[in-house]
Amino acid sequence: MKRNDSASLAAATFLALLIAALPADVGAHIVKGEAIGFFSGFEHPISGLDHVIAMVAVGLWGAQLGKPAIWLLPVTFPLVMACGGFLGLIGFPLPGSEIGIALSGVCLGAVVLLELRPPLWMAGTLVGIFGLFHGYAHGAELPPGQNALLYSLGFVTATGLLHATGITIGLIHKWQWGRLALRGAGAFVVCGGMFFLWGALS
Amino acid sequence: MGRALMKLRTALTGAIAAGILAPTSASAHLMATGMGPVFDGISHFGLSPEDFLPVIALGFFAGLRGPAHSRASLGAVTLFWFAGGMAAISGLALPDVVLSSVTAALFMLIGILLAADFALPTLLCAGLGAGLGLIRGMADLTGVEESVPHALSLLGMTAGVFCVFAIASSLTIPLKRAWMIVATRVGGSWLAALGLLLVGWIVRYGAFTR
Repeated sequence: MKRNDSASLAAATFLALLIAALPADVGAHIVKGEAIGFFSGFEHPISGLDHVIAMVAVGLWGAQLGKPAIWLLPVTFPLVMACGGFLGLIGFPLPGSEIGIALSGVCLGAVVLLELRPPLWMAGTLVGIFGLFHGYAHGAELPPGQNALLYSLGFVTATGLLHATGITIGLIHKWQWGRLALRGAGAFVVCGGMFFLWGALS
Repeated sequence: MGRALMKLRTALTGAIAAGILAPTSASAHLMATGMGPVFDGISHFGLSPEDFLPVIALGFFAGLRGPAHSRASLGAVTLFWFAGGMAAISGLALPDVVLSSVTAALFMLIGILLAADFALPTLLCAGLGAGLGLIRGMADLTGVEESVPHALSLLGMTAGVFCVFAIASSLTIPLKRAWMIVATRVGGSWLAALGLLLVGWIVRYGAFTR
């Protein structure tokens, strides 16, 4: 059974890599400011540090909380983020989204720093609310382009991989030094969030 | 026997990989590979994420539910893909915006079902496969004239659907470890998110590419 599982995982990973490697339209020059394919969508969430620290913090917190939060939070975030993206795409007004994004860094960093363990529904709601702000900003900034599907695929994949990065780093939680290091990472995220909050408010 | 099957599965995955990685541009119309209409159809399916992503996700979902779900859905999705394509060739296609909207809704539905590992009855799972096949088969062949090469392209596409669905199901049927099942379900949440974003794209920019 172990061999079957490993073979299935290898094949599934292979399929995922294939999807990521899908060829987009080839042009003679580089097109900027348009949604042209997977990689232009992929770079969108990772091009802003305010998004990166918050999404990695979701993974770190999930790892601190353990099962089932370790997978429930990364499932919740993309779904609610897509709701925010939808609102942004249709032009629904959501004032203060940049402040909400910066606050997400402060709050998510704080819960990692303090290693808070609220009830699962409360953790999911907190992550969901912030996911809405992040998604809204992405949706409102999405450029017109040729391939909505590949762009969205890259965008969702990058978000999921940022969570996976946080979870993977968070696996050090099983060691005493790891728990301290995670709390240190939470402090770093709080500082980053405060920096972006300062920028959003000024 | 088990090892032979695993080798066969790896070889099939490799063959599909080679097809998908062919560096050509993806277009809304049928591909021209120079190898004839059947291979054009296979290439079109392999290069169209709006086609193969929901097929893989439904395959994963049916596989998680068990062999009975997989068999029923495999038959339904394949047959109805062909039927939808034939309907489009005969001029019975739905408008682009309807096809795009239903595709986005199917992304969401299949994604949520996979993320929740929902205990869907076999018949409904097959019905979902039938709906997916009908809509995507129709979307792929919309606007083409009635001819034998296009029917052969549809045949190639349908063969691609059959193989990819069968491989996807075979990957999740034997899964026992919790974290692997969870990883598959997380993929479902990504697909649902993708569907929701596509609805936003449709509202803002109209039908997305077929």
